[in-house]
Amino acid sequence: MSILVDGNTKVICQGITGNAGTFHSLGCREYGTQMVGGVTPGKGGQNVEGIPVFDTVEEAVGETGADATMIFVPPPFTADAILEAVDAGIAVICAITEGVPVVDMVRVYEKVRASQSVLIGPNCPGVITPGSCKIGIMPGYIHQPGKVGVMSRSGTLTYEAVWQTTNLGLGQSTCVGLGGDPIVGTSFIDLLQRYQEDDQTEAILMIGEIGGSAEEEAAAFAKANVTKPVAAFIAGRTAPPGKRMGHAGAIISGGKGTAEEKVAALEDAGIIVAPTPADMGDAVVKAIAKANG
Amino acid sequence: MKIHEYQAKELFRQTGVPVLNGIVAKTSEEAVAAYEQLGGQIAVVKSQIHAGGRGKGTVEGNPGQRGVVVCKSVDEVRDAAEGLLGKTLVTIQTGPEGKTVNQIFVEAGCDIARELYLGIVLDRAAAKPVLMASTEGGVEIETVAEETPELIHKEHFDPAVGLEAYQVRKLCKKLGISGAAAKAASKFMPAVCRFFVDYDCSLAEINPLVITGDDQMIALDAKVTFDSNAMFRHRDLLELRDLSEEEPSEVKASESGLSYVKLEGNIGCLVNGAGLAMSTMDIIKYHGGQPANFLDVGGGANTEQVTEAFRILLSDPNCKGVLVNIFGGIARCTTIASALIEASKVVGFNVPLVVRLEGTEVEQGRKLLADSDVDIIGASDITDAAKKIVAAVS
Repeated sequence: MSILVDGNTKVICQGITGNAGTFHSLGCREYGTQMVGGVTPGKGGQNVEGIPVFDTVEEAVGETGADATMIFVPPPFTADAILEAVDAGIAVICAITEGVPVVDMVRVYEKVRASQSVLIGPNCPGVITPGSCKIGIMPGYIHQPGKVGVMSRSGTLTYEAVWQTTNLGLGQSTCVGLGGDPIVGTSFIDLLQRYQEDDQTEAILMIGEIGGSAEEEAAAFAKANVTKPVAAFIAGRTAPPGKRMGHAGAIISGGKGTAEEKVAALEDAGIIVAPTPADMGDAVVKAIAKANG
Repeated sequence: MKIHEYQAKELFRQTGVPVLNGIVAKTSEEAVAAYEQLGGQIAVVKSQIHAGGRGKGTVEGNPGQRGVVVCKSVDEVRDAAEGLLGKTLVTIQTGPEGKTVNQIFVEAGCDIARELYLGIVLDRAAAKPVLMASTEGGVEIETVAEETPELIHKEHFDPAVGLEAYQVRKLCKKLGISGAAAKAASKFMPAVCRFFVDYDCSLAEINPLVITGDDQMIALDAKVTFDSNAMFRHRDLLELRDLSEEEPSEVKASESGLSYVKLEGNIGCLVNGAGLAMSTMDIIKYHGGQPANFLDVGGGANTEQVTEAFRILLSDPNCKGVLVNIFGGIARCTTIASALIEASKVVGFNVPLVVRLEGTEVEQGRKLLADSDVDIIGASDITDAAKKIVAAVS
């Protein structure tokens, strides 16, 4: 098995007629994802290289049976697009869009958590179960079906980690980009829980960065609830305080959210922390070896 | 996006958050005129820079000159204005290089009975804004949080609803506020929360918030930062941006859609993706080097952006070498390689350049670089790249 998505997942794209929406919908279809439709208000009835376009998510779900969506609509409309997907009962919602106002996410977060839907993102690369289903903007070919669950707050750093685990022959069960914003729909803890219960996942790699306390919370959760080997990496050991490092969420403020604190919390939980980004795959190997005694 | 105290107070005034009368001045003449207009009694002259700690901060070369001065006469106002305007103020938050004072705010004095702290930030773990209040006003709130966290009282609120009346009562009880002052709080606190939401703030801080002798509540200071992602619905606020407060190279980078932060080291970094950019800095440090910057060229980097990125990196006099680290996903390695070759023609590389390419169209990208006449030190992985650039600059 895998988590969140698999070969049976039927995917639509909200914002399919925009440049990015079209490009990545076709990329996902080429990878083998069941891209069953798209939504752009006012463009219902058209199609994008054979993928039918609908006016509303409700209509798209009714016509295609879609249970996942990837969202490429511009930031001012992203919150609304997420809520529309929740309303239509979509199980997995991936918001790729970067630049969504935080106040919008406060509003959306509460509604998503009270629903049956899972929101990944915003400001994320998406989710992929290698060989079965790719929803998002990650390059498919670096992945390989396998045993490591990879979860990360970053995009290209995730590719780096995936590439290392592929080259080591470990492969990945499901990779999830959580997103680089201060408020994202899914946390490390949510995924630790899912990976722990997933048969295919034999080890977990968590890639965090400075800002907030998600890694510390995940470390405490893992210590108490996760029996599978866990490895981690934290980006931003050299980041200066008070400066936003690209991601809206990657900022050390009021002396909180430093890499040192996070690494200490992870190590305290028995998690193997890679000293450099070149050692992420190796850290997984070490974590597995440690678990096997 | 940060704004000045005087700008934040004007917005406060419009939203119904009480502030004192004050006038901004750019010259000592303007300051004196402002003082007289305010009634010529007690006034406070406050440096307007985008950093806190001004009251305890001192002017470079003149340690007797503080960043905030209480004045009782025209002469004192003129002295304060002349001692501050055009000078460099160094505070705990500016770093040793300080910030130039281009404007001062001349504000009427008031009768202070108590000083409190009030701040609103986003609580990421709770995914909600949180109002924090403390009796320890006028001091560094970070210190209070560190040493006596029990003195900071918190109330989360729903942005759609705002702060509820009972939450104000709870806070007043804990802060020891009663009677007419509590009545003032019942208007003041919800108004600040509404301000935070309506203006898409990422920070709204009032330190100190004062209770006057006649039980009024007044924002004696105002520190406001807006969520830059939300500026599309606050076009008017963009006028409040003071570019002279920002690092010029960072402003230039943001205009080209690049995410750049200047640092103190000597190895320039050009990377795609924020996480990878941060960890590239980390691995340079790990192998004994010092990164000169954080730079994320983004997912869809084009020739213009890469050229601009190089221009910014190479204009830093500290930069003795550049490490390019690209993991092509959506951005293809061929695009980056071509852009790099183009950029070398336009900008001209005069320092060692280590390039590590991986990902989409990597072979073609490497071939493009190898076939070009750009002088490049190739690297097989991040460790190799970091070691090579550290060796090249030392």
